Order: sequence, then structure tokens, then C-alpha cells
Amino acid sequence: MKTPQEMTRKDYAALGFKSGIEIHQQLRTQRKLFCRCPNTRYSPAYDAEIMRHMRPTLSELGEYDGTALMEFKTRKEIIYRISRHTVCTYEMDDTPPFMLNQEALDIALQVTMLLGCNLVSEVHIARKQYLDGSIPTGFQRTTILGVDGRIPFKGRTIGIRQLGLEEDACREVSDQGHVRTYLTDRLSIPLIETVTEAEMLEPSEVAEVAHLLRTLTRLTGRVKTGMGAARQDVNVSIRGGERVEIKGVSRIPAIPALCHYEALRQKALLDIRELLRKRGITKDSIAEQLQDVTAVVRRSHFTPLQQPLAAGNKAFAVRLPGFAGLLNFETGPNVRFVREFSGRVKVIACLDRMPNLVYSDSPEPTLASRLWERLLRDMGAGPEDIVVLVWGSERDARTAGREVVLRAREATVGVPNETRKSLKDGTTVFERILPGPDRMYPDTDLPPLPITAERMKRIRTSMGPRPWELIARYHELGVPEHLACDLLLDPHRDLLDELLALPGTNAKEAAVFFGQTLRSLRRSGIVLDKAAEERMVRLFGCFLERRFAREAFPDLALLVAREPAVEVADLVTRLVPQPLAREEIAAQVRSILTRSEWRRPGHPAREHLVAMKQVMETLRGRADGKDIADEVRKYQSAEGERHDR
Amino acid sequence: MTVEVRKDQFKGYRGPALEALKRFSVGVWSDVEVESTRGSFKGIILPRSETADDKHVVMKLRNGYNVGLDVSTLTAVRETGFREAHYKIPEKAFPFDPVKPNVILYGTGGTIASRLDYRTGAVIPAFSPGELYGSVPELADICNLQTEKLYGVFSENMGPEQYIGTAKAIGRAVAEGKDGVVIGHGTDTMHHTAAVLSFMVQNSPIPIVLVGSQRSSDRPSSDAALNLINATKTAAESDLAEIMVCMFGPTSDEYCLLHRGTRVRKMHSSYRSTFRTIGDIPLGMVDPQCVVTFRDDYNRRRKDRNVIIDPVFDDRVSIVYYYPAMKPDIIDALVDNGYRGIVIAGTGLGHVNKPLYPALKRACDKGLHVFMTVQTLWGYVQMYVYDTGRDIMELGVVPAANMLPEVAYMKLSWALGHSNDREEVKRMMLTPIAGEITEREPHDGYLIYQGGIPEVEEFISKYRK
Repeated sequence: MKTPQEMTRKDYAALGFKSGIEIHQQLRTQRKLFCRCPNTRYSPAYDAEIMRHMRPTLSELGEYDGTALMEFKTRKEIIYRISRHTVCTYEMDDTPPFMLNQEALDIALQVTMLLGCNLVSEVHIARKQYLDGSIPTGFQRTTILGVDGRIPFKGRTIGIRQLGLEEDACREVSDQGHVRTYLTDRLSIPLIETVTEAEMLEPSEVAEVAHLLRTLTRLTGRVKTGMGAARQDVNVSIRGGERVEIKGVSRIPAIPALCHYEALRQKALLDIRELLRKRGITKDSIAEQLQDVTAVVRRSHFTPLQQPLAAGNKAFAVRLPGFAGLLNFETGPNVRFVREFSGRVKVIACLDRMPNLVYSDSPEPTLASRLWERLLRDMGAGPEDIVVLVWGSERDARTAGREVVLRAREATVGVPNETRKSLKDGTTVFERILPGPDRMYPDTDLPPLPITAERMKRIRTSMGPRPWELIARYHELGVPEHLACDLLLDPHRDLLDELLALPGTNAKEAAVFFGQTLRSLRRSGIVLDKAAEERMVRLFGCFLERRFAREAFPDLALLVAREPAVEVADLVTRLVPQPLAREEIAAQVRSILTRSEWRRPGHPAREHLVAMKQVMETLRGRADGKDIADEVRKYQSAEGERHDR
Repeated sequence: MTVEVRKDQFKGYRGPALEALKRFSVGVWSDVEVESTRGSFKGIILPRSETADDKHVVMKLRNGYNVGLDVSTLTAVRETGFREAHYKIPEKAFPFDPVKPNVILYGTGGTIASRLDYRTGAVIPAFSPGELYGSVPELADICNLQTEKLYGVFSENMGPEQYIGTAKAIGRAVAEGKDGVVIGHGTDTMHHTAAVLSFMVQNSPIPIVLVGSQRSSDRPSSDAALNLINATKTAAESDLAEIMVCMFGPTSDEYCLLHRGTRVRKMHSSYRSTFRTIGDIPLGMVDPQCVVTFRDDYNRRRKDRNVIIDPVFDDRVSIVYYYPAMKPDIIDALVDNGYRGIVIAGTGLGHVNKPLYPALKRACDKGLHVFMTVQTLWGYVQMYVYDTGRDIMELGVVPAANMLPEVAYMKLSWALGHSNDREEVKRMMLTPIAGEITEREPHDGYLIYQGGIPEVEEFISKYRK
């Protein structure tokens, strides 16, 4: 299987690779979205626990939505840990919602405008059902504020399908067997959800767009930063495949590998489908016939089976006709097709102790081959068939067997529509069946909210710049692009703008002074208040007047910060009493070097460094470092000639 | 059975919004492409809610979200199709098992179960046995279920007509040999109905269980299904031949409590655990596995069908909630408007201020029946302890022991349906029928623990709330 580094843009195009991204970004507001709880940091502390179950609601066709049915099958007990400091009875789903947080709405509208979306006139709150328990009500309150935006990207544009304002969900603590536990501190924190069109054409573009969108929202200064404040869901599909959603990717650098391996996984599934087709296997070929083989495998020495069966659990076998070798098919780096079956069994039958199934042509030793032969015979398996064995409580094992059959049938169709969870190695596992598009209905607990023209005007006038606009502006001012990108999100960027506004300014020097010297000061623990920042502007002004050379910046900046009582000009004079004119440098250099030990025979590079060190001790800041280096080199080479003579 | 949506092309739209729809020749369920000064949108036009304004058009976009568009921003609307909604309710019969008990579920309002039409966002009640079976299949493991819709009102709109009708329906259920009755009811006045039914239906040989849901039944987290399962189990299997309310104990999906109809009250506006027995412990608790009784002073299930249905009600009774500086003209107004009974919710042990005395005397002299209960809900009226109480009794006001104010209101309305004789009404009021007055209040009849106290917080952290 090719690694991401081995793939080219053309390879992805040949696959028909398409990807889109959904970014969930927490907002920095005082309070949560539908209640007055504080929007603070997370904390694992809790005072009490509540237990709930989730039941799906029939649709008007008398059927359950696929995801809902799946979640219901798992029959989980959901435990919520609550703390009086971070949640109230709203989050517990024991009180109806309070009015929508207006501060959150303003921020969301601002981002909607920055993305160039078409704005709605009236906000309607919808209920989006989730039965995994991640929200105690069983649904998330969500809104949409705008559609059809566009952002520039690499000479083309990426479409923004929609932007919405919604509430965040609980944090999972554990999920074992039939019990899932959540912390509720994160619940109901305001989130904006930005959904792009599937217009990214290779994995690296997905990460780049994610980064661009993150920069855009961070520029507003009104979103939360730090681990977990922004999460990405990535959608990937290839030609002939299906849209698969990889949820909860918290690190942007992890995105390209995930997209890459998902594309290849889908390709593998399509190859498997083709193999099944050649073998004449269709959905109908695979019967849902579970055989209770507990008695047969009871005395197996296979460890994962021994204890459960001894404890009274059951084992069921299923025959998959035409699947010989297929469960060993490579679907990822060190990943085989069997992982898809195991994933279903884990999530839906809640059998999470691995391995949770074994199969007759596994390359690893499982049951004794005699036992497999017996099972194959009992199940009427031919040379092209395999047998899969699952075990657990009777109810769970039967569910597991059924899921194995369902997944095998899906293999004849192609790539199942799924939500998958990302792993650190860039591969993914099944998380749930992708919900249908219509699992939403209006939340009638709150009235619709009109967005007035006045409000839109107010937000538009204080909207702030988009990243590409800022980069263009800095570019115009002469700041090199690589420096500009780096400085966009600096919280003290106003200071840079002031430096750039000085008459006769030097944009590159300003960017370096700001981005390197001052940042380094801050990192060493020195706080620069407004007054100190103004002094730094004056210092830069002195530089523009050629009072000193750039090499003196670090020392001077430190002085300016450390001695607020002394005038900046005086500090400059103190450190650099006499700037040197270009023609004076040579004499100074000679005077220093004749009196010093700079020779290192056979090591010319080291010689230069030693000489420079000695010269700069005296001359630093008094003249341009490059000019000084020139003169030192000239002197050294003249001396060298003299020696040789 | 297919239910078609009424062909109302502009359902809910008025004023400028209605004009806009007409102008663009589109209507509800039109699939449209809209151009506006704020950009373009594609979706289906939905009906407008009556309480929303007349300036916006509501659309369901392709992604499933609803949005509102200001009609003054619309520049073009093009119809590309038409998608009428049809609610198809599947025919699924509730299974019948001759061995299982027969239970009837009467509906008075509220949705004990529902289904969702995701296309329109409508929440449709599911009430027939087949629909309930689809929603809550566990019921079929408990009993054979019949359903009958008596009324479809919000519970604050329940009144004498509905109480009498429900009492008579219970009589019919007993006569028909049912093993239990479940009554679906809105939670706001469930305790009022439970109380009045406790007087209108006496000596029942079978359980009669009122049930509802605090969270609407369309949501996955709803308490509806578990409440219904527990109520049905109680009606079908338990030997508690009483009128009871069955609702969540804690807010977790653990168990329901079974409360005597005359001692139960809704104590929180929204918590699932809102219903509590006041001044005593409940009759018992129930979960899908079993019913547990906490006490043995209850009427047991019998095989005979000798229930007493006594459905009368005089609606000229008022509850007066006393507050400091209340003026006597309020009492006078009740007297002058033909009221025949007053239940006072007094402060402390049953007190009101002096200025009301002449008005109360006038009321009693004019033949009104006036009873005193306590605002504090817990505790007995005891009007001998202070002068105030003794003076008020002199006027003719009768202490009603530990009857809850709403229960006293129901009982007085029922009693006045029989007689106007002062002594007879007093006798009826003070003779307990179904626990509305108890002889004793055990120490655990009042357990309101305060949050913040260390040992209380410790207790709560140990058990699921």
C-alpha cells in the first residue's frame, strides 16, 4: 500500500479523490448557548451522576432511521457526570432552553459574513437527533446562519456550503460493554460549524483549507484556542466509493494521512466487491443463519474463548460463502478487511474485548485446525467459503453474528456510508452508520429569531479582515509573505501595524523586529504593556534614523523594557554612543584585530567567527553587521597574504 | 390508513408574507429556488406557525435545516416542483395473548408516544394500539392493550366535564372486565385529576394509573416510554387497587414511584422527578421488572366488579391563596358572584389577617362552606394554637387537617355536588375516602434535603440522581 509521500496529485485524480471538511470551533463567550452556565475551562470533577437510555423515534413511514436503529440495538446505559459549576438543569434535559446567547450569535454572524455566505433573515432552531448519548436530550439544538460562501485558495476557490451555530456535546469518559460514561462540562458550549464543499482534490489541500479556515476564525479574536477548542470532521470519497466521515480529528497535521488511507481503504473495498462479483456472490448469497456451536468449541484451548464459555457464554458460527481469503485483504497499512467486521461487532454488539471474532482462514493461530475443519464441515462450507465465529452473552453474540452477515452483504455493494473514528497511525475504525440527511425537525421550545438589518450593519462594520486580505495588505507594504503568514495571529499585531505606519519605515525590518526580537522578549517572560509598546515604536524610530544597526536590537529592546524610567534615545546613546560611518569601519576593525588572538591556522571559517566575535563585542550596533563582516574578511585576507609573503 | 394533509395552499401565512407568496405564484410544499438581496436559497416552503410574525417565509433547505427569509428581500422565486406531505401510518396490530391481562389506556391529551415526519418537522401523536406497539413494543410483553381517546386537551384545560366523562369511562372499563386502567394525562394538572377521580371512583377492584411525560415523547431522552411501561405494568399486574400517579422517581431512567392520587403533587415546573407524595411515603415503586409496595394500607385487587362511580361536581368553588395585606373585597367578590365554597391556603398553621375576618363571617353566614388548608403543603392545619386560628374558626371556617389545597378544592366541589347542608358537607369533607386526610404524619413524610450541606452532597454523589 502506497504511503502518502509516494502519492502524487495525478494518483489522487485517478482515484477520483474528493474531500470536504466540517470544522467545529468553540466560541469565546461569557455563557453557554442556551443557558447561563459559564463558558469556562473543562474540569473532570463532578458532584453527581444521572443515568439515561436513548430510544429512537419512529419516522412517519413507520421505520427507524438507520443510525437510530443501530444505537437502539446497542442498548447502552448512559451515565452523565454533572457538576453544579458547569451545568444546570438545562444540560440535564430537565429544564427547557433559555433564549439563544446573543453574544454567540453576533460572533457566528461575523464569521458567516467573513466567509461570504448568504445570510438567512430569520434563525430557526432545529433538533438533530443523536442516540449515542453524547447529548442528554438525545438531540442537539442547531441552527444555520448562512449558505453558499466562497474562500480563495491556490488561485481557485473553495465553496462554503453552510455555517451554523450550535451547542457542543459531552466528553466521553469511557465506553465499555453496555455502559457509556460522559462528562458534561463541555455540553452546550457555543460552536460554529463551517462546512465546505467537497472540492479539495488531494489530502494536503484538506489540511491547508483547515488551516486557512482556522486562521480566519482566530483573526476575529472571539474564538477559543487550545486543545479541543476546534475539531475537524473530514469527508472522503473516491469514484465508485461513498462519502465516509472521519469524526473528531483534533490536529490538523493528522488530516493528510487520514484522507490518504481512507481513499485507499475505499479502493480496497471496491476491489473486494469486484472479487465477490467474479465469484458470483451477491447480497442474497449470504444467509442469516447463525449456528449455536458452543458445545463444539467449548473445549478449545484458544484463550479468548475459554473464560467466556466457561462463564456460560455462547458461541455462534456464520458461513460467508465466497469469502475465502477476503478477510485477509489489505485495506490499510498493516490492516486487513477483518477489521471492518470486528469494528461492527464491537460497536453494535458491545463486545469490546479483542479479539471479538475469529475466522477460518486467518493467518494467525486461533482455534485448532481440526476444530476449524469440524466447523467448516458442520456449516456446509466449500473451498471458497469461510466460517466466522463470535461469542458472548446469548443476546450479544446473536447480535454480533447478525452484524457479520450484514457487513458481508454490504461488501457486495461497495463502500458503506459510515462515520469512522481516527487512530494515531492514520487509519480509521467504524464508529456508526452515517445518519440520513433528514434526522432533523424544528425545535418548538424557542421562537424563530429575526436578524435585523441594523444588526447586520453593526456586525459588518466591525467585521475585521480576512486572512488573505491581511496578507495582501502586508504584501503591499513590503512585508515578505512567509513572515506575514506567521504574524497574522499574533495578538499584538497592532504594534506591527504601528511600526509599518512610521514615515520612511522598512517593512522587512519591522516584521523581523516585531516577529523575532519582541516575541523573544515576551517568551523570556517579559510583559510589554501599552507604555512599553510605545517605547518600542520609538526605538524602531531611532533605528530608522540610523542611530544604530539592527544587530543592537536585542540588547536595546531588553534595556528599553528593563528601564522604563529612562528615555529611549538616552538608552540608545548609552549602548551605541557612536554610530560608525561606512568608511570608518575598516580602521576600527584593524585597531581591534591587531591586538587580539584571532588566528586559527588551517581553520579559516573558525578564524572568521572568532574575529567577528571579538570585533562585534565593541562594534555591535554601531554599524551594519554585513558591512563589518566584509571589512573583517578583507582584513583577514590581507593579513593572510602578508603572512604568505 | 392514510391521512392526507388538508390542501391549504398558504397555511399560516398572513399579511406581507401571504402577499409575497401570491405574487410569486408559489405556496406551501412548493419546491423553490429563491433569489434575494441576501443571496440565493433552495428548498421547500413550509407552513407558517400561527405565533410567528407575518414578514417571513419559512423554507426547509436541502440539508434539512429550516430558515426564515424576509419577504422584503425576495427578488425572484421559481417553483421547480411540488412535494406534498403524506402521513402514512402503518397497520401493525398489537399482539393478543389470551393469557395476558387486559388493560385499557384512556387518552385525555398530551402525547404519550409520537412519531416524527422529518420532511415537515411535524410531531404526530401515536395513540392507537398498533402505533403504541410500534413505539413501545415492550408493552406487548406486559398485557393486551386497548386504547380509547376520551379527550385531546392540554391538562390546564381539563375541567368538570372531562372529570365526569373519565370517571364514567373507568366505570365502563371495570364493567367490561378489564384488569387495569391507564390514563394518559398532561402533567400540569395530573394531580388535580388524580384527586377528583379518587372521590368520583370509589371501591375500585382494579388499579387505575395516571401517567404522562415531562419531556415530549418525540425526543430520544423522553421519560414517556418508561413511564408508560411502568404504568401499564402496575395496571396489569399489581394488586394496588387504587387511583395512582405513576411518574419518575429520580431523574435517571431507574424507576417510577406510585403515588396515591390524593397525596401527590407536581413540585417542579420541568424536572422529570417532579411528582412527589406530600406528607407521607408513596404507595410503592415500579420498574420494568417488578412492582414493590412500601406499605400495606392499600385496597387490594378483587375479582368482583363492584366499583362506585359518583361523578358529580359543583364548579362554584374557589381556592384563595392568602398573602399579607390581602383585602377583604376579594372574599366579598366571591360571595357576591354566587360562589358556594372557598378553600383557603393559609399561612403557617392555617392563618389569614384580621381584616379578612368580617368578610369570612359574612361568607359563612350567607351559607358558603369555607375550609382552611396550609400553603406550606406539608403539615396539619392546627387552629387552636394561636388566637388567630381560634378566631377564624369562630367565624365558621373549618380546618381541613392535612388535605392539600388542590385536593380540598376538588373534594369540596365534589361534595357540593351532593348536598348544601353545612353539617353534611363538613362531614363529607372531614371523613377520609382515599387518604386525602391522614391520621398521622410519619417523620419521613417530609424529606426536603438542602443542597450544599456536606452530608447531603455526599449522599447525592453516591446514588444516581
